[in-house]
Order: sequence, then structure tokens, then C-alpha cells
Amino acid sequence: MPAHATKPPTAHVKGKSASRNGQSSGRPPTQIRGRAAPALIFGDLWEFDPAPETADPKLKSRYELFINGEFVPPKSGKYFDSINPANERKLAEIASGGASDVDAAYEAAARAFEAWGRMPGRERGKYLYRVARLLQDRAREFAVAETMDNGKPIRETRDFDVPMCAAHFFYHGGWADKLEYVAPGRKAAPLGVVGQVIPWNFPLLMLAWKLAPALAMGNCAVLKPASNTCITALKLAEIFQDAGLPPGVVNIVTGPGSTGGLIMAHPTASKIAFTGSTDVGKVIMRSVAGGDKRMTMELGGKAANIVFDDAPIDQAVEGIVNGIFFNQGQVCCAGSRLLVHEPVAVAVIAKLRNRLRVLRVGDPLDKNTDVGAIVSQAQLDTIREYLKIGVEEGAEMWQPPCRLPSKGYFLPPTLFTGVTQSHRIAREEIFGPVLSILTFRTVDEAIEKANNTAYGLSAGVWTDKGSRILKMSTELKAGVVWANTFNKFDPTSPFGGYKESGFGREGGRQGLLDYAKLI
Amino acid sequence: MPAFAYPSAFRRLFDEIGTVDAVGIEERVAKYATRSIKKGSKLSGLKLAVSMVDLTTLEGKDTPGKIASLCCKALHPHEDADVPSVAAVCVYPSMVRHAKKHVAGTPVRVASVATAFPSGQTHFRTRLAEVRGAAADGADEIDMVINRGAFLAGEFARVQDEISAVREACGGAALKVILEVSELETYDAIRAASFLAMSVLREGDFIKTSTGKTSLNATLGNNQVMIDAIRDHYLDTGVAIGMKPAGGIRGAKQALHFLVAVKETLGDAWLVNRRYRFGASALLNDLLRQIEKEKTGAYQAPYYFSDAAESY
Repeated sequence: MPAHATKPPTAHVKGKSASRNGQSSGRPPTQIRGRAAPALIFGDLWEFDPAPETADPKLKSRYELFINGEFVPPKSGKYFDSINPANERKLAEIASGGASDVDAAYEAAARAFEAWGRMPGRERGKYLYRVARLLQDRAREFAVAETMDNGKPIRETRDFDVPMCAAHFFYHGGWADKLEYVAPGRKAAPLGVVGQVIPWNFPLLMLAWKLAPALAMGNCAVLKPASNTCITALKLAEIFQDAGLPPGVVNIVTGPGSTGGLIMAHPTASKIAFTGSTDVGKVIMRSVAGGDKRMTMELGGKAANIVFDDAPIDQAVEGIVNGIFFNQGQVCCAGSRLLVHEPVAVAVIAKLRNRLRVLRVGDPLDKNTDVGAIVSQAQLDTIREYLKIGVEEGAEMWQPPCRLPSKGYFLPPTLFTGVTQSHRIAREEIFGPVLSILTFRTVDEAIEKANNTAYGLSAGVWTDKGSRILKMSTELKAGVVWANTFNKFDPTSPFGGYKESGFGREGGRQGLLDYAKLI
Repeated sequence: MPAFAYPSAFRRLFDEIGTVDAVGIEERVAKYATRSIKKGSKLSGLKLAVSMVDLTTLEGKDTPGKIASLCCKALHPHEDADVPSVAAVCVYPSMVRHAKKHVAGTPVRVASVATAFPSGQTHFRTRLAEVRGAAADGADEIDMVINRGAFLAGEFARVQDEISAVREACGGAALKVILEVSELETYDAIRAASFLAMSVLREGDFIKTSTGKTSLNATLGNNQVMIDAIRDHYLDTGVAIGMKPAGGIRGAKQALHFLVAVKETLGDAWLVNRRYRFGASALLNDLLRQIEKEKTGAYQAPYYFSDAAESY
């Protein structure tokens, strides 16, 4: 007789009476039948050898300004150093542009607009495609340069930054000959010359988000990369030359923050676009108040990543890691606040710790590195200050054991548990690999806590229940709500903020319209 | 309580063990394939993989002679003494006693598929008798198939009781439970079946992806769902179950990706052949080819290491 016939008809999962997702819902057991609590060993039984990416980044020792299709020295004759944050060594000298350089750039752009703005869209599209293809040809070289300049792992620059930058040029190249369909019943016309200031966290990608739609629509641009990360922008200027882009269509002026202020306030600019911190965004908005400049602002964030008890926990943990440790957490839409449903809080935190123990922190040029260097000493100091604040406020800090390189600006991935809404580390944007973990009990509480912030750039929802995803995406005040994933980007998808995270969209049809006037 | 108040058997089980997001799991495992394993770590990974191979022949045309040459290959995969022997040879029950003659007294174990492999579609008493017979012939390990029909019909108790009875019939032999993932189809079902099996298994037993007799076998995704389940079960109960992906792993590089998954999910304690196996035949020669390449810096001529399992 089959054995099953004599037993009660319920399958039995051993030791599981009070558990969910393979973790006890209470504290993990410290002992099982007199033995020590089971633990995983993540040691060096099978250690990976260094696997450095060896492509030549083809850096110059000095980078000039890119104005009117030429590399020109700054009027001031001054240069500043660009540092590799992974080893604190100097990479190159960068031109320090001032007021007269900004004027020259705007003059060149205004001249170029005469022809560029009237050029048939399909002709402009050809240039954008050419830029995208030339970038693809030199993808490895750009990935290495980006990693050396910014400190982010080669895995990210190779698989994300550079391919996405090319994808944005391709996508907007595709729009260029279809602009008559972008606003049905209306005619979309370029604005003129636009001033653009971009941040240091995704130097190439942010440049593509700004330049590609502007150029596709027929605008000319004066752009300033962040002073920490100018090199890939100027390398891309080489590609603009190789692509035969008419002189003056794109002008790149490097320099300190004050140069960015000059670009934003310049009278020739018919529109300004800024990505950066909310504080600087507010200063810029004040400086141009009263004029008729159009503006788009993509500012800070403090995204809530919300995990419900029915979520697929292992994949949620992966999404939490992607959300906050991607690019060392230096992402405006980073999932820096984890809101976790109380019934699974212990399980999620335990799994998160095990996951963090296998993240590899170190040399960004190593192909196996998961977490690279923080962009600068100043940013590292800011993050460390927040770690101090978190501990002083009574939150519990945890970092996995890891060996950091002796040189360079490194920080282990950091978790804070026991965080509440009133903690500063739950309210202020840290812009580093630091996750603040809060708990909630009900759906409404999760929404309330998620929305109780000055920011509104992004949010994440993890649940098995489709209807709950729809409800959350309606009620969360954030520009993008990711469901069962996080930090997903696509050129076709508009990206931008609510509230003090800014206004205007980048990507998709909506992003294109922010560079057009409708007639 | 009226019958409609009960959720389906699947729903109840998922409520207990949680579900799997297919997109998320595939994204996770894609990262393993981007790990760059070079030089010393490559060589030690390749040797580790050799030591984990269950060298398999499961053909209607198997003979004692074929088993003899398979066992010889298992014991001495390569003339280089640095290369370890494989973990086990895996054969049909009728071949167990022949295999035993060659490997008895060596570290190489004899594994036998049983329970009407690969379909399992015969009377339970026949399946049990097959297990007892293989164990009596000296099999050190029994690879059973679960009753997929019962699983998909929601008769979980029956699936589990059968595994339990086979476990008893094995006696001292270790048991490997083949879930046949391609017939379960979803990651949710694979996770559920893993837990059903593990809760009646003992330390030293395994769960295994596939028979190798269907179109889709071991993938990094299936492997990840199962090792996630093993980890959860271990942290919950302290019982360490082993894992055996089988079928479809033909290349050395692919095997290294599976080992990366083990290293980053289960940790060092599973990087041993007591806890992790590869069910494969063609894989062994590619591992040897790559080991030779790492040592000499050059690939051997193609006729040195055949791609066909017939050459063992």
C-alpha cells in the first residue's frame, strides 16, 4: 500500500509553522537542538583573482573648452586637476572657463542655431545616429575613462552608462524626422539656445539625457559638466568633431560651480536645464526669476522602496541592493528609504545582510567589483557626517566586513535599522551607499510615510498583488514608481520629479516637448 | 468549514514559503555570468568542478564494458595527478553492480537513478522495489524522480510521502530528489517542490533539477531558485541539503557560473562535492580541456578531448 494512504492529507513543511519565505518571523533562532545557529560562510575558499579591464582610456594630459567646434584654451589661462577617486591620482588638467568663455560659447551656439534650427529633421537625425554609432565603436575606451573619472565600477559603465548614453542618441535620432507627429495638431519648433548643467553621478548619461532631445528638436546647447567629472564629456566632444556636427551646435564649458551659474543666468539662453541638488536648483530658480526663460529641474530625492509581506523576498532584496548600492548610492532616484512591512522586517533585514556580505567593494576597474569609489573626498566627508548623525540619533548602523583599498574614497555599504520618519537620515538626501530602514503596518501607513518627504522623484513597490501595485502607483507622489523592480531606465520612458525633486521630464515624448515650443 | 473556504493547495504552500519573481531571478543570475574568473581562481574553479561531476551514462545501449570505461575515466579523468577524480558515476540500476566492481574502495561513489526514471510513471511498489534493488547492489546514492503528475494536481502530501518512503528504502544510501523542473514550468512551482522534498530529506541528501531527458534542464535560474530554497531551509532548520544541477551544462565556463552562484548564495560550505554536484557527461572533457589550456597556455588539438560522451 502506498505510504501516503495512511497519513493525513496535508503536505508538511518541517519547522515552518511560524515562518514566511524561509525565515522565522520572530528573531532568528540562536540555537537549534543544542547546536549553534546555522550561518553561512562567505570566506575565501574560492577567491577571485584580480580581473582589471585593460582597454586604453586614451586620456589627454590637458582638456580645453569645446567652443564653436574647436578645443580652445580658457581666457583666464587657468586649469584645475581632475582626480581619479579610486587612487587619488591626477588624471588630467581641465580648463577653468569664466564669463567671457561662456559668452563665446553662447555666441557660437546662437550663430549655429541659424542653420541647425532650420535643417530638416531627418538631416539632424543623421548626426545623432552617427554620434551614437561612434560611441558604440569606442564603448570600452569610454567605459574605462568614465570609471577612472567617476569611481563607479567598470561593470556599470560597460553595461549601463555607455550603452544607455548611445541608446539616448539613437532614440532621439529616431524622433528627429518625426517631429510633426510629436504634438498632434500643433507644430513643434525649437526654442533656440539652451543652457545645461549636469551632475557628476552619471557624467555621460546625464549629458545624453540633456543633449540628445535638445539637438533632435533643433536647439543648440551650451553645457557644463560637473567639475569632478569633465573628461568623458570632452571625449564625446571629439566624437562630435568626428561626426561632423556643425560647429557651435554643442559647446562644452568646464569650470567651477560659478561658471554653471553664468550659463544658467545668460541672457541668450531661451531655456535652462539643470540636474543636481535641490539647494543649487533653488538658487538657480531664484537667479532667473522674473525672466521668460523656460526651465526644467531634476533635483534630489529620498525614494521609498516599499516591501510588502507577500513580496518575493529574495528578488526584493536584490532590488533593494540595486536601488541603493547602484553607483554607490549616488543616484538622485536611489531607493534610500526602505519601508518594510513589519511581518517580514526581520527576514528582509537578515537576507539583506547576507546579500551585502558578498558585495565586492574595491578597485572600480576590476570587472568583479560591485561597489566602487565615492566621487570625491568632499562627498565622502558628507556621507560620513550622515553616518555620525544616524548613530547619534539612535539608529543602529551595520556594515559588512570588507577590506577597503588603502588609497581612494571608499565606503562599505551601510544599513541603518531602527530608523523613524523623524530621523535626519530618513529625511535628507545622503547621496551615498547608505540605506535607512523603516517599518510599516498597513498600506495607508506605507503611502503616508512614503509621501511624507519634500522629495518625489521615484518609489518602488514590492508585492505579489497586482491591484495593490496599481493603487500604490496612483497614490505615491513620485515621478516614477517601479513595481517589483528598481532603477530601471529607458530612453522611451519620461523621468522627472514631483514637489522639490523638480519639474519637467527627460526621455520619451514628454522629454522632447520640454525642448520645443508648440505653435 | 465549507470546502470553498480553503485556498488551493498551491496557494497555501506559497503562503508558507513565499513566491519567486521570474524577472528578478533572471536578472540576478545574469550577474553571475558577468563575473570574470581568471588565472589561479579559474584553475581552482575548474578542478573543483571536476571533483563535483557525477559522470553519467543513462542509455539503453549501456553495457558492462561501457560502464568499465566510464569508471576508469571517473577515477582518472586526466594523466595529470593534480586533477581530482570525479564525485560519482551515475548509471541505471542494472549497471550498479558492474560499476561497483571498478570503484569500490575509491572515493568515487556509485549513483543509480531509480523510481522508473525518467518518467516515474509506474506503480509505487515497483518504484520502491527498484530503489531497494539498487541499494542492495551497492549504490551509494539513489537519484529518484518525484511524482510530477501528483504535484501538478496539487496532491502534495502524496508527493512528499513517496519521497519519504523512498528515503527509507535507500537505507544508508544518500538520496537525490529530481524535481524535473521543465515539467514544473514555473519558478514558484520549483521552489514549492524543493521545500516539499527538503523537509523529508536528511543532511547529505540532495535536490536535483532534471533527468536530462527533457528539452530544458539545468539553468542558472532554476539553480538559483533551488539554492535559495536550500539556504532558507538551512537557516531555518540547520539541515544542509545538497544541490545537483543536471543536464544542459556542457561548457566549463557555464560550470564556473554555477559555482559563482553557489559561492555568493550558499557560501563556502557548499563548495564541496558532498554538497554540490554537476550531473553531466560532456562537461568533464571541456573542464579538462580548459585545465590543460590554463597550464600550457594553448588549446589542445580537438581530437585530444572529444565532445562526445561516447569517447569515455
